[in-house]
Amino acid sequence: MSNISEAMQAAVGTVTGRTTSYPITESDIRRWALAVYWPGQPPALFTDRAVAEKSIYGGFVAPEDLNPFAWLAASHESLIKNAGKLETNNPDNPEIGLGIAGPGLKFQLNGGLSVQYGVRMREGDVITSESAVGEYSERKGRLGLMLFSRSISTWTNQNGEMVKRTAGILIRY
Amino acid sequence: MTVNIGDVVPTFTRETGFANWNRYAAVNDEFVPIHMDDAAGEAAGNGGAFGMGNLQWAYLHNMLRSWIGETGEILAMEVQFRSPNVKGQTITAHGVVTAVEGDVVSLEVWTDQQDGIKLAPGTATVRMGK
Repeated sequence: MSNISEAMQAAVGTVTGRTTSYPITESDIRRWALAVYWPGQPPALFTDRAVAEKSIYGGFVAPEDLNPFAWLAASHESLIKNAGKLETNNPDNPEIGLGIAGPGLKFQLNGGLSVQYGVRMREGDVITSESAVGEYSERKGRLGLMLFSRSISTWTNQNGEMVKRTAGILIRY
Repeated sequence: MTVNIGDVVPTFTRETGFANWNRYAAVNDEFVPIHMDDAAGEAAGNGGAFGMGNLQWAYLHNMLRSWIGETGEILAMEVQFRSPNVKGQTITAHGVVTAVEGDVVSLEVWTDQQDGIKLAPGTATVRMGK
């Protein structure tokens, strides 16, 4: 018997939040690169302005994995109805936040990430992330019927160009 | 660069522990007890503190970025986080070419630890640089 209710199916595509970053700085790019390459040296493309300006990009671009929303965002708008009703580690939280009944499964784990990239993030870019409810699916596993739910984040820059689209996958059983 | 199915991407390797994780926490504001405190990591069933999945994600990008060069592009990546990265492990990012269509290359990618156990398997698609 499926754990995907009509209400859950109907919620797919619902926008749950919108967050806008501060402009990405040269220092944001440099420090991110130093952290993810440590203790080795990151490519000079991420640390040396002269090298970045001579590159095909004509200036600093960020590593694709940089998170411009770390620490503090310029603005955040939560669009879910019941943010105050979320309970720590409750597997039904995705649906509780939407104001619909969850599947009532006991266990959950991070199923991974799937990302499609668009244009590179550059120094000075302001990135907006819009989050939405993604598709539900099910598959039989060794622990029984597994529910896969996706949350979709789409990042765009100040010119409306797509930077990346991320599907985060939550597995519940 | 000519690319063929079965080609192996030069790896990216780091010995991991608090020195890496704390630096990553500092840029990603990821000061989560399971990544900083052995007791919290042990309580979560992992024998001690363990590293961020996002840092393994970054290592896979570092490997591909170096291989495709400045004019290449990472088009997509998909990864599952299957096993924790605990202190003292040497983590290596790997890639093997599975398909080539013009300048677009598909790969199997993964991170493993020094005993060869895969931590984060997945796939990636890149456009090769000129």
